[in-house]
Amino acid sequence: MRGLVFLIPGLPLLGFAINLLFGRYLPKRLVGWLATAVVGGAFVIAIVEYLHLLSMGVPRLETGNLFTWFQVGGLKIAWGFYLDPLSAAMILFVTGVAALIHAYSIGYMDHDPRFRTFFVYLNLFVFSMLTLVLANNFVLTFLGWEGVGACSYWLISFWFHRNTAAAAGKKAFIVNRIGDFGYMVGMFLLFKVTGTLNYTGAFHAAHHGVISSTDATAIALLFFVGAAGKSAQIPLFVWLVDAMEGPTPVSALIHAATMVTAGVYLMARISPILHLSASAGTVIAIVGVVTAFVAAAAATSQNDIKKVLAYSTVSQLGYMFLGIGSGAYVAAIFLMITHAFYKGLLFLGAGSVIHSMHDEQDIKKMGALYKLMPITGFTFIIAWLSIAGLPPFSGFFSKGDVLLGAYSKSPWLWALGALTAVLTAYYMGREVYLVFFGDARYAKALAGSDHHAEPHESPAIMTVPLVVLAVASVVAGVLNLGFTSSTDFLANWLSPVFGSAEAALGFGTGTRAILESGDAVFAIIGIVLAWRAWASRSENATLEPRFLVKAWGIDLFLDKVFSGGSQVLARSMNSVVDNALIDGAVKGTGTLVAGTAGQVRKLQSGYVRSYALVISFGVVLILGFVLTRASF
Amino acid sequence: MLVLLPAIAALVAALIPKSARGKAVYPLAIAVSVVEAVLAIVLAVQFKPGVAGYQGVSSYNWIPTFGISWRLGVDGISIFLVVLTAIIFPLALLGARERVNGHSFAAWMLLLEAACMGSFASLDLFAFFVTFELTLIPTYFLIGSWGYERSGAAAIKFFVYTFLGSALLLVGMLALVFIHDSQTGVMTFNISQLAHTRLSSTTEDWLFLAFTAAFAVKAPIFPFHTWSPDAYRQAPTAGVVVLAAIMAKLGTYGILRFDFTLFPRAVVTFGPLLLTLAVIGIIYGGVVAAAESDIKRMLAYSSLSHMGFIVLGIFGLSRAGVAGGVLQMINHGVYTAALFLLVGYLFYSTHAFDMDSLGGLQSRAPVLAGIFTLFVMSSIGLPGLSGFVGEFLILVGGFSTHRWWAVVGTSGVVIGAIYMLWAYQRVFHGTPKEPGLIPEERAVDLKRSQILVLVPLIVIVIALGVYPRPILSRISPTVDALVAHVQAAQPGPSAAAHTQAGRG
Repeated sequence: MRGLVFLIPGLPLLGFAINLLFGRYLPKRLVGWLATAVVGGAFVIAIVEYLHLLSMGVPRLETGNLFTWFQVGGLKIAWGFYLDPLSAAMILFVTGVAALIHAYSIGYMDHDPRFRTFFVYLNLFVFSMLTLVLANNFVLTFLGWEGVGACSYWLISFWFHRNTAAAAGKKAFIVNRIGDFGYMVGMFLLFKVTGTLNYTGAFHAAHHGVISSTDATAIALLFFVGAAGKSAQIPLFVWLVDAMEGPTPVSALIHAATMVTAGVYLMARISPILHLSASAGTVIAIVGVVTAFVAAAAATSQNDIKKVLAYSTVSQLGYMFLGIGSGAYVAAIFLMITHAFYKGLLFLGAGSVIHSMHDEQDIKKMGALYKLMPITGFTFIIAWLSIAGLPPFSGFFSKGDVLLGAYSKSPWLWALGALTAVLTAYYMGREVYLVFFGDARYAKALAGSDHHAEPHESPAIMTVPLVVLAVASVVAGVLNLGFTSSTDFLANWLSPVFGSAEAALGFGTGTRAILESGDAVFAIIGIVLAWRAWASRSENATLEPRFLVKAWGIDLFLDKVFSGGSQVLARSMNSVVDNALIDGAVKGTGTLVAGTAGQVRKLQSGYVRSYALVISFGVVLILGFVLTRASF
Repeated sequence: MLVLLPAIAALVAALIPKSARGKAVYPLAIAVSVVEAVLAIVLAVQFKPGVAGYQGVSSYNWIPTFGISWRLGVDGISIFLVVLTAIIFPLALLGARERVNGHSFAAWMLLLEAACMGSFASLDLFAFFVTFELTLIPTYFLIGSWGYERSGAAAIKFFVYTFLGSALLLVGMLALVFIHDSQTGVMTFNISQLAHTRLSSTTEDWLFLAFTAAFAVKAPIFPFHTWSPDAYRQAPTAGVVVLAAIMAKLGTYGILRFDFTLFPRAVVTFGPLLLTLAVIGIIYGGVVAAAESDIKRMLAYSSLSHMGFIVLGIFGLSRAGVAGGVLQMINHGVYTAALFLLVGYLFYSTHAFDMDSLGGLQSRAPVLAGIFTLFVMSSIGLPGLSGFVGEFLILVGGFSTHRWWAVVGTSGVVIGAIYMLWAYQRVFHGTPKEPGLIPEERAVDLKRSQILVLVPLIVIVIALGVYPRPILSRISPTVDALVAHVQAAQPGPSAAAHTQAGRG
């Protein structure tokens, strides 16, 4: 079984290596299918490993090392895995969704001249993501963490001839690096406190009182800075919207389903440490719910089909952190999984629309596409109802669980989360109506293109993944039904991981029933609002205020302060410090010995070759000096 | 010690034949340097892990009256610097071939290789000084005679700065020897014996400063760096590869070998000062690198920043930090050499170092762009490539002893990404900013021979990223002994505290 686990990231790595080195000699389709097959293979092995864990008794943990990566003193880091119910759940949905998106990409990227390169990056990404999830220590997780960041950079700037794409890729990497600063310092502090960076050792230390409450707060919040970068939380979310410059399958896989959830995974992973801190959870919950609200509000006013989804993703990630911060880890993971299905589906659906609209992304220039692309339209609507939280779609159960946890922590958190739920149903409804219903406004957008003018349904290689994800979005709610403790499958499965860190709900079944009915009502309110506002209209300026179009101006503000400021600083530093201060000081010293300096300068410029002589002479001089001294 | 001799022999051979100079010398130089590389690797393979002291020691009394000898040997710190030198030189010679029109270029390169080898392997202070100084002359001529438009001025600046440092080194060295002589009646330059010299703390401080000044200029450490952007910019490709990849390490190596061995108490006294300079260098170098539009100057400031990391590791005085610093010397040597080689290749086809006049090159040169990306990522410290483990050890070790310096230094990780990716974007992404700069018919991408030069570096960068353990296991014992030596020399109970704090 141990060898098999290494194959889970190993297969995508193999696919990466083959396509990188030999891809250009292989037929195009084969490259795409090979890349898909290795990820599919990883999915199959993930199922085998899941069954293996299932057959084991609690705590259902398996670890193993391939070899030692590096070792100095007490710091020993290995290439090793840590397979527990949490990482098993992660690898299942990561490989599953990734395999579908790989297949979809074969159709979507068909006309791209760099088709092969695309799959090279995509396989490397899956390898990195699985390494991140499966690693048995913080440093190896960091390797995956940085690896997915690098792949994200390459894939966002995949169409590098566009300056916007190049800049967006760079921005994503740099903002993530700001988060990584927190991750790294978090590791340093953890190592200083516990003397280990392995999960087993760190959790052991956490359970046995080695980590003080203050240290736990510092460590957890430092890691949260990293998580906020990777998972696009305030104020580090600015990169994710720009990241939509990448090809749409990339947005679906990396910037919705998998990579951006890595921060949530990290916080869930360190739940034993987070649990020790009184205040870190509160900070995380507040940042999460504020991010959820701010991003959902921004999503109501975007006209780019992918930017609506990007803000939506930021908002949903905020919900996940609300869950984490409230101690509702299971709910956060549950939401992460269902979100991977419906948000992946939304992006792939958007890709299908963009594909048929010849790269037009403005939803104001669409409309009435439902009858032309019924599969895309129908699955898109399912995803909408799911994210909106309408029962019995999966989002109802997962988002509902997060809100229950939030209510248990503080009704205020719940209230903002509930308001965000209304906005969620509304902004996705707006997008659905503007894209698929109302007047057909696409004629002008397509007029310039010399292809067949009418939008059309995408080929089967693209629609089949849509259907699969749609089914998953509908039924994934059964993962954690919550009516009775025996249908709480995910909670039971994850209970060995979170243990006492998982907060118990502080209210009875009556309150719970009211809250859950409320969730359904919020969804319906949002849907009705969207229907009233957008079913037969495409313009309504009062519902799209400027400050929301600009996403509260946060990005602009950060850009001004940091990019502008640092460039001015950089330019002035060089001229002032290097030229004026340091060289000036050196020259100043020089003028003190101006007489000799002038002579030396002449010598330097005039008789450069005499330097060899000077050096030789110098050596002789030294020898002579030594000789005379020594004879005494 | 077999490493030094072929280089000297080759030098002599390269200088003498006048008639056959034209064609024979360059291939000969390459052949000799390849033999060097093989010998160095054999030496490394034979090197026994788990041993702290010197291995492969060979000794020859040079001027016995003054206790001067050619005493050569390697320990865990120097062995891989010797190997690095031996690997980089043939690649630099091969990579620079197009630009070079002279036999004397090859001869200077060989002399420089001999000098570098001698510096890294000398166990005798005098021999070290001579070889350390000897690196100046070939470098001066390499920059001055084969460099770019303003190479003359850059060469002089380089020479004056480093020479001033060396003068202090000379004074310090002689003073130490005479103090030892007066205490024991034995005149020696053998560093193992000199380490037992009893020094008052004031004397030790002054000697430390004199030695360190020379090394700080060479590395360079902020604020002794201002010669380096000019020298790096103007030097020919082979010259800058050697300057940045190898000669910079002479500075940090000198600190470890001589400052740590001879002045352990002063190392702790001045630790905070050096740490502060290191951290300033990390940030300052990074910020200025971001402002540079000339790609070679950008890489020069990047080197300043990266050398700052190495100094941070060394003066953090934790086992992990010092070992990481030594590992990072190797890593930095490899990816810096590769980046400067790539920039050289870029210049052959574009005739431009100005990033603002380039752009969109990834379309026309995908292989160049791909390999460039790899080394950019290595330099940024992407885990899985060399660059990460060293940096990580430096910081985790530094944090255990000097928390806030390490935290500020860690921000260099962010800055590194900014200037490197921005540079990459300006050169390779977007569309050409000056469309007529590169004629349509000119091939821009790497030729097969150029790729072959880079292959060894690619292999090393990945291997050291995935499995640096064999290197670390040979570095560590020496580093542990050195750190223990420094800690043992501290007066009073603080020594115990340091041992405690330095468990990383």
